[in-house]
Amino acid sequence: MADPIVIIDYDAGNLRSVQRACAEVGADAVISNDPVRVKAASRIIFPGVGAAGSAMASLRRNGLADALRSAVDDGKPVLGICLGLQISLRHSEENDTETLGLIPGETRRFRLDRPELKIPHMGWNEVRPIQPHPLLDGIEPGDEFYFVHAYYPAPEDQACVYARTTYEDDFAAAVGRGNYFGVQFHPEKSGRVGLSLLDRFTRWDGQC
Amino acid sequence: MLSKRLIACLDVRDGKLAKSVRFVNTKDIGDPVEKAREYYADGLDELVFYDITASSDKRAIMLDVVEAVAKEVFIPLSVGGGVRSVADATDLRLAGAEKINVNSAAVARPALISECAEAIGNQNVVLSMDIRQVPKSDNCPSGYEIVINGGRTPMGIDGLAWALQGERLGAGELVVNAIDADGTRDGYELKLTAMIAEAVRIPVIASGGAGKPEHLKEALTTGRADAALVASMVHYGDYRVSELKRWLHREGVKMRMSW
Repeated sequence: MADPIVIIDYDAGNLRSVQRACAEVGADAVISNDPVRVKAASRIIFPGVGAAGSAMASLRRNGLADALRSAVDDGKPVLGICLGLQISLRHSEENDTETLGLIPGETRRFRLDRPELKIPHMGWNEVRPIQPHPLLDGIEPGDEFYFVHAYYPAPEDQACVYARTTYEDDFAAAVGRGNYFGVQFHPEKSGRVGLSLLDRFTRWDGQC
Repeated sequence: MLSKRLIACLDVRDGKLAKSVRFVNTKDIGDPVEKAREYYADGLDELVFYDITASSDKRAIMLDVVEAVAKEVFIPLSVGGGVRSVADATDLRLAGAEKINVNSAAVARPALISECAEAIGNQNVVLSMDIRQVPKSDNCPSGYEIVINGGRTPMGIDGLAWALQGERLGAGELVVNAIDADGTRDGYELKLTAMIAEAVRIPVIASGGAGKPEHLKEALTTGRADAALVASMVHYGDYRVSELKRWLHREGVKMRMSW
């Protein structure tokens, strides 16, 4: 039987908080680094914190990069979180890394002029949907999510940007194409609004 | 824009909640899991558990507390107190802590900061500093000195220099805990907090002395802190978390107002 949700484990941080948040919204999720299980999953969460270079090396070494690509090609709903979103783009400035290329564009480091703004961008910030998406349903003006990151996604095609957040300038906080959706914030650490997003993902058919 | 954060700190001894006044005569005030749940529902932005358990054979209780809280509370959870090694940090992370606070053990062996940063990421390593005011001297040119053991042992290390060293070694965030103010409810040490916040490029959490909402506003404005840590003013029911956030919001401090 296919696993309901597989959280991809590629040595990129502690994934149990994502698993606990899935349990809170009533979804069974298994953490796995087995490409066979990833291919067999009905839906996939691709989380991660840490550095793009070592994360990509680990994904390739374990055959997970190909498994993830084929799951996306098969139309399975995939949710990228933080580093999981960043390495879905083509290239990352972090460790000058070629990344998965599921979405055209690159991951850039924040370059900030205002000295009082710290890097990483850490804490709660407003996420403003700019076009409708099933996973962003119900987000109200003023709703904030928890961020921790020094790099941000910069997709080439603005049609892929579903929500924006302002640090010094605006950056893409949610990026999607077809059955793939990625968020720069941490829904598993974002209280009620984050849990609702995860809840919607557990029921999303991959259409938008 | 990024919101300022309101953080509640729960001191835990033998699995039970305690709050110290000037770190002496701690008294139990309840169940940490229940308090965590209450604050989470009331809009708290981040939670810190500080383990003040004395005997090492009871330290495993803390892992159970963290595990129980992580199942129900979906905001960043930071845990400290007695973290001496990467293994301690990793155990707490597996139990559900997002960030790990290091304090005395890092003063004794600064490499602990870089080792933890390497193992769990800079952004998850919080350097917690207990600092007291002293006359300026060659050892302590800033006029602030690092103390350990809950304020009982002065270390002859300059507070500002230690903050900068902690940042260099890979700490992702600093807690500036003013021992002189801790538990007094007379307000944060604004001069100390601002001095450190201006010197580093990582977030600074003001700690020690909060008693009134005005104190929080001061810390987050003139004190230049990114977050304000509270304890007794919410633990004893004098103020609710949501009430503090609403007050700060009305006063023009950017806070997360929907939860």
